[in-house]
Amino acid sequence: MTGACALSVSDSPQSRVAQGVTVEIGGIPILLESGDSEFCRMAKERYAGFMSARPEPACRLKMDVRAPAAPSDEDARVWRDGRLWRLERGDFRAEWDPESRSGFVRQSRNPYALDTLLRLVHSLVLAEEGGFLLHAASAVRFGRAFLFAGISGAGKTTIARLAPPDAEVLTDEISYVRPSLDGYRAYGTPFAGELARVGTNVSAPVATLFLLEKSAENRVESVEKLAAARALLRNILFFAHEEEMVKRVFDTALEFVSRVPVARLAFAPDARVWERIR
Amino acid sequence: MSETYVARSAAVAARLLGGEMVVMSAADSTLFSLSEVATVIWQAADGRTPLSEIARRICAEYDVTAETALGDAEAFVTELARHGILCVSDQPIPAAEIGIKASDAAS
Repeated sequence: MTGACALSVSDSPQSRVAQGVTVEIGGIPILLESGDSEFCRMAKERYAGFMSARPEPACRLKMDVRAPAAPSDEDARVWRDGRLWRLERGDFRAEWDPESRSGFVRQSRNPYALDTLLRLVHSLVLAEEGGFLLHAASAVRFGRAFLFAGISGAGKTTIARLAPPDAEVLTDEISYVRPSLDGYRAYGTPFAGELARVGTNVSAPVATLFLLEKSAENRVESVEKLAAARALLRNILFFAHEEEMVKRVFDTALEFVSRVPVARLAFAPDARVWERIR
Repeated sequence: MSETYVARSAAVAARLLGGEMVVMSAADSTLFSLSEVATVIWQAADGRTPLSEIARRICAEYDVTAETALGDAEAFVTELARHGILCVSDQPIPAAEIGIKASDAAS
């Protein structure tokens, strides 16, 4: 696959050529429209394996790229302003129109700003369809995806590192979940944690959500649905706190736990833990 | 004796999960799981039905005295009102004030 820096798009009666790169995560291609060759190069390097060759992006961000600046360590702010979402942090400012699925971004040329921006936009797009980004490692084995959720230090990177050779790690940090006809599907993401390795760009139906807990021994315990919903809500990435969005995420979490088995996985840092994952 | 009227706040999300009513406050994301009787009160909290009438329904359906039913209902309502997920008034509460949709209010 190639991520051409010049793509032909036909969003207007007269076809035009848009410069940029199209990054496809979770089956949703987003065109980052920019004539800044340094920015394009940075994006292609960072999202290698997630470049899209599709002629039509599902979403479009017009980028106004500024000189590199140090990544901001503040939290991103996301709020609704009429029909638009506004997204802001020290190193970027953006607006997103959920109806046209397009937006405008002013950001410094640093990859961390772009990473955060993409997470925010994907979280908004996913919320519309009942999907979500989750603080979780995930991997595909025997054609089924397993999610391992937990806060920082719970063992997401460890469980990913212990994955057997026949498992494909989708991410060790941020899992990507979309509803499908028969349940949910997990997708690989380029959002890496301590493993510092982008996930494999594949997807599979979600079999189980495991809630990680470090322990001296490996064991799997069932979790009742309300506790599962609480845990899931704690780990879903949602940045907007508007009432409408909070209600939507609540509905999504409860729908997910009513359809997907959730279990607690207490584990020792030992590859044998994967014998329990089925 | 004055009546008490209760209505579900607009700033909450609620749905059944495995037969259990789960309610979340959109203000602080607190989750509540309601018992069977509490669910009856929750579903009847339309701003128009007096709490005493809701308590009578509970008596008719469950094996409790009127006194117990009303006492429990008052305690439940006070607790949920404290978290902002139920509105309480000594007057009927118009749907528009709490953001209940016309279709919900009619149920």
